[in-house]
Amino acid sequence: MKALEIDGVTKYFGDFPALRDIQLSIEPGSALALLGRNGAGKTTLLRILAGLSRPSKGSVRILGKNVREEETRRRIGVLGHSIGIYDEFSAEENLMLFARMYGLANPRMKADEWLDRTGLAHVRDGLVREFSRGMRQRLAVARAFIHDPEVLLFDEPFTSLDDRAIAVLQDLLRGAREQGRTVIMSTHQLREALELSTHVALLKRGAIAYSGERLQEMLDDTGWLYRNYGDA
Amino acid sequence: MRFFRDVATIAHKDLRAELRTKEALNASIAFALVILVLFSFAFDPDPDEVHQFSGGFLWIVFSFAGALTLNRSLARELVNDCLDTLLASPVPAAAIFLGKVVANFALLAAVEIVALPVFGILYSVDLRAHLVELPLVLALGTWALSVIGTMFSALTVNLRLREVMLPTLVYPLLIPALIASMILTTDLIGGEPLGAGNSLWLKVLGLYDLVFTSLAMFFIDTVLVG
Amino acid sequence: MRDKILFALLAVAAGLLAWDLYKIFMVIPDEVNQGYIFRIVYIHVPTIFTAFTGFFVALVASAWYLASGNLAADAFAAGVTEVSLAFATIVLVTGSIWGRIIWGVWWVWDYRLTSMLVCWLTYAGYLMLRRAIEEPIQRARLSAVFSIFGCLEVLFVYKSIEWFRTQHPGPVLSIRNGGGMSPGMESTIYWNWLAFLCLATAITMVRMRQEEMAREIDALRRMAHSY
Repeated sequence: MKALEIDGVTKYFGDFPALRDIQLSIEPGSALALLGRNGAGKTTLLRILAGLSRPSKGSVRILGKNVREEETRRRIGVLGHSIGIYDEFSAEENLMLFARMYGLANPRMKADEWLDRTGLAHVRDGLVREFSRGMRQRLAVARAFIHDPEVLLFDEPFTSLDDRAIAVLQDLLRGAREQGRTVIMSTHQLREALELSTHVALLKRGAIAYSGERLQEMLDDTGWLYRNYGDA
Repeated sequence: MRFFRDVATIAHKDLRAELRTKEALNASIAFALVILVLFSFAFDPDPDEVHQFSGGFLWIVFSFAGALTLNRSLARELVNDCLDTLLASPVPAAAIFLGKVVANFALLAAVEIVALPVFGILYSVDLRAHLVELPLVLALGTWALSVIGTMFSALTVNLRLREVMLPTLVYPLLIPALIASMILTTDLIGGEPLGAGNSLWLKVLGLYDLVFTSLAMFFIDTVLVG
Repeated sequence: MRDKILFALLAVAAGLLAWDLYKIFMVIPDEVNQGYIFRIVYIHVPTIFTAFTGFFVALVASAWYLASGNLAADAFAAGVTEVSLAFATIVLVTGSIWGRIIWGVWWVWDYRLTSMLVCWLTYAGYLMLRRAIEEPIQRARLSAVFSIFGCLEVLFVYKSIEWFRTQHPGPVLSIRNGGGMSPGMESTIYWNWLAFLCLATAITMVRMRQEEMAREIDALRRMAHSY
């Protein structure tokens, strides 16, 4: 069973094709770096993978099932452009809320565990509204990981993170990889993404221009992929 | 059942958030009180006249003041894109919807509980007749407001002119429920019990609630997931 | 091909209307109780039928769009609703004029007229909603859901206001206020209805084409701005 199967996905906004016949599949345990310029369709594709948007044509299966099913969403962790947590609640209240929504057995214990892991235990009762940006981002990361998802969908996760948050995230991603989790990450930060990934897909104007294993050339010369397959 | 647990989680979250700041609640109550006072200047009714339109008047107060609360229902999820995290979670869209309807129902009921005695005092209306049936009618009418208001709050959540759109779309749709609620409320406050004369309206209200709650739960996924 | 159908419909409509107008003004005698103004019923009643038919057709088209995803269904729903709204406006205006002559006031809370006013508000809201959404597929989806709510609500509205008026009677604009209809009267109403349906269909087709062109332009604009 593949971790991710994208079969002929096309997405129209009106008559404009934002995604054109995307065909992609990856095995469990892989880490896919989704690359492409702004406007290439990375966020559109990730939103479809997260179940936030429906494709106009084609289908997406995550862990063998349709992504709009509840059981599948239970096994997916999502981190988008925004932090996706409530300003009016405390850090602990937020994590407990999400723990409950994901059906975890002991919400308070899980929340406290993840507050520790992201270095936020000392502000567990602080309102998110009063947090610094880095603290909010770390809390968002905690939210994405708290239910121990098998598949992680991250949209430009390293963008606008401070150093501490980057370190926390890289650590968690490496840990997830070691546990055999699947990671799909769109990014502009080529260096960090390529180091973590096993596979690479390049989107160009809504279509896949390259998809395959991460090659040594890509690590040595980060512009290699764009020069050879993208609009350089 | 997990579905109802999810509904409870969402309802609890919304109520907790609102009670922390009480912004919408205070605004709604203040607005209700202002309308109650303004009306006496506009029409200067005497106690007999008030009985004739008590139901109509009260439901105008409730539906106008309620709009302030209902508008915020989905709008509060836009901050930090929380709506996306809700939709990406295993909680079904119908449970998110129903949870919010329940929370809005509680908030609207709170406004009504404050507005009713004030109305009784300002206009010398004795509300003690039919203390069992009046809450029933209020509940059914408030449920209609909550369902339609929450549904269209969801439908307009991403639109530019959301605050203007919502009342314009919602009030015409609420007319059947408002007519029924107004007639039943006027009858009950006037001392007439629920019976052969107005059971028709009770059925209209009940049917309206049933039909539109089902319709909303059926379509909410289509509306929220693009 | 489409143009030929369009012209055929318009020709039929024009022909029927011309013939009916002749009958209305030249042939049919004054109605016993209400007099000359009663002739307005030959416009008023068929436009009511057309408006309500249109709203129901819009419901079906909206449901079809949601089931199939075919944007032509959405263009059709939008066109039909717009045209029905225009006919509803004619209902309200003719009703108002009729009421003015008979009852001396510019508006009567006759239950059918009131229902039509509520429908008018509902569907004006639909068009306002459409205008507020830029992306065509989102616009189609959200307005289709609204249309379904609106049409079901119309059923509630019609019956509710009828029952309300039974309990709180007021002036009624009705054919039956008079002495009943003489032969030739009723058939004229139905012929006029057919004429209005042809006219409505023709205008809807024009609107559909406009919607499709607007969508094409939108797509070209997106393409130009994205890369």
